[in-house]
Amino acid sequence: MEHILLRHREIPDLHKKDTYEKNGGFAAFKDAVTKMKPAEVTDVVKNSGLRGRGGAGFPTGMKWAFIDNKNWPHYVVANADESEPGTFKDREIMEGNPFQFIEGVAIASYAVGANVAYLYLRGEFWELASLLDEKIAEMEEAGYLGDKLFGTEYSLRIHTHLGAGAYICGEETALLESLEGKRGQPRVRPPFPPSYGLYGKPTVINNVETFTNVPMILAKGADWHKSIGTADSAGVKVFSLSGRVRKPGNYELPFGTTFRELIYTYGGGVQDSRAVKAIMPAGASSSLILVDGDKVLDTQIDYATVRTLGADLGSASIIVIDDTVPMAWLVNKTVHFFRHESCGKCTPCREGTYWMSNITERIHSGHGTTGDVDLLLNVAKQIQGKCLCALGEFSTMAVVTGIERFPQDFEKAVSPVPVPSLLVRENESVEKA
Amino acid sequence: MSLEEKYPKEVKQILSKYPPENKRSAVMPLLYLAQREEGYLTKAAMQDVANLVDITETDVAALVGFYTLYHEKKEGKYRIQVCTDLPCALRGAEEFMESLCSNLGIKAGETTPDGFVTLEAVTCLAACDKAPMFQTQGPDGIKYHENMNVDRTLELISVLRKSGRR
Repeated sequence: MEHILLRHREIPDLHKKDTYEKNGGFAAFKDAVTKMKPAEVTDVVKNSGLRGRGGAGFPTGMKWAFIDNKNWPHYVVANADESEPGTFKDREIMEGNPFQFIEGVAIASYAVGANVAYLYLRGEFWELASLLDEKIAEMEEAGYLGDKLFGTEYSLRIHTHLGAGAYICGEETALLESLEGKRGQPRVRPPFPPSYGLYGKPTVINNVETFTNVPMILAKGADWHKSIGTADSAGVKVFSLSGRVRKPGNYELPFGTTFRELIYTYGGGVQDSRAVKAIMPAGASSSLILVDGDKVLDTQIDYATVRTLGADLGSASIIVIDDTVPMAWLVNKTVHFFRHESCGKCTPCREGTYWMSNITERIHSGHGTTGDVDLLLNVAKQIQGKCLCALGEFSTMAVVTGIERFPQDFEKAVSPVPVPSLLVRENESVEKA
Repeated sequence: MSLEEKYPKEVKQILSKYPPENKRSAVMPLLYLAQREEGYLTKAAMQDVANLVDITETDVAALVGFYTLYHEKKEGKYRIQVCTDLPCALRGAEEFMESLCSNLGIKAGETTPDGFVTLEAVTCLAACDKAPMFQTQGPDGIKYHENMNVDRTLELISVLRKSGRR
């Protein structure tokens, strides 16, 4: 099948405006602005079954329809803060097929009545931001962006904005805070961005990959998009495949592709022909899926089916873990990541990730006891359900599923001394409270 | 010389991106500009940026402390920031980092005696399929270096050193 998002792999120079135009570029945006009402555009996206590609999988058209039409102006923001360990798809999309991404942002802006849109890129994407600035300037020059587009009353400006190194800014309300020039700390929700977003105004935020789907959906229709993928998850997904595979990289495939196809047919199999021990389908935020036998490998990848394996698909950044990897080491890695990236706003996350990292470090370095494993699980469960955003929750996923699904890895890593009775009493009282 | 006097065009262009009543949004791009030459932000530079967007110096310092790409003290002219997060570590990033440390004779977080390179271990840079990898942060901005090994890294450092002398 030809690519829908990573089209630059078939079409050389797709990042050049002329090439993009020759391959149907900007026609969807022009048609939308000149021939469709904004609500009609939203309806097409709604009917296409497109779900947000940033991780949550929320229906995109529904999000657009939530925009509060009693409060103006409206904004559109692209989340290009790609920072989840294991995710590297948005970068390839923006580098290889930048105009399709920007056109998607433009169509969304028309659909929700925004005259200004921001592309929020993580600070490390410094070079990419300059590239997008050039593309935006070319579009302005060609009359695809600016005032009174295509002879209508509709005007649109798009600006890039660089973050400065903070994973949390991928969370949509933290991103908005950051874009407002503040520390990137999540807001209390509700209200959600479609009613209270950038500068307190109604705002639609979507991931880069989500926007990049939109021009083709408008060009080919909602039914075309629905015919790809599964009933639960329509369309294609760019799977970022990493870890112990022979050919790591981005693979654009329809939802419903199995883990086996992704890892063995596309990824070339596991390094040194080892066995797959675990799969993390959503990067470092992921639950660890235990792989023993064929069931997991033959599972179709879509949002609903992956959930039956006890994990969320998230942004589909699939990290392959082989049987040489000790889980105590792996969990120590993910916990250190979240400890570093916790924004510090919610106490359970800020303190919990700190204490978890002390314990995982102890276990990993060979100084842990059986009691440490119990204590680690206990701390993780006290973080769950107590934080404003998902980061706190994410920090516990590999910890809890690692201990529960790979107990022998932790037994092997610690010496058999039970938890001191003092700690048991303390933690029991915390649980009761 | 103030930031506005030094970079009048850039400051104007940055401020033009945001509604005038929300010019605080310009603080982050302005901080990058203020950090461009020295590689870190002095107290005076932070005050300067604060004045440009009508917020306090404390507000600016709070941002500089929060975001990892802003720096408060002078370190190496170039920062080599190696990703050692899980996906990269599964592809040899930790061994790469160790070997780079011993070749440069410094530990992670330290600067070479000549003040040219600061070596840092950082979290995910969205290039997990091309590990070992790092970014350089220096006077010419941020650049990615992927599928690296120690020899190519040492070569890169020597090229950077030469270009600095010109």
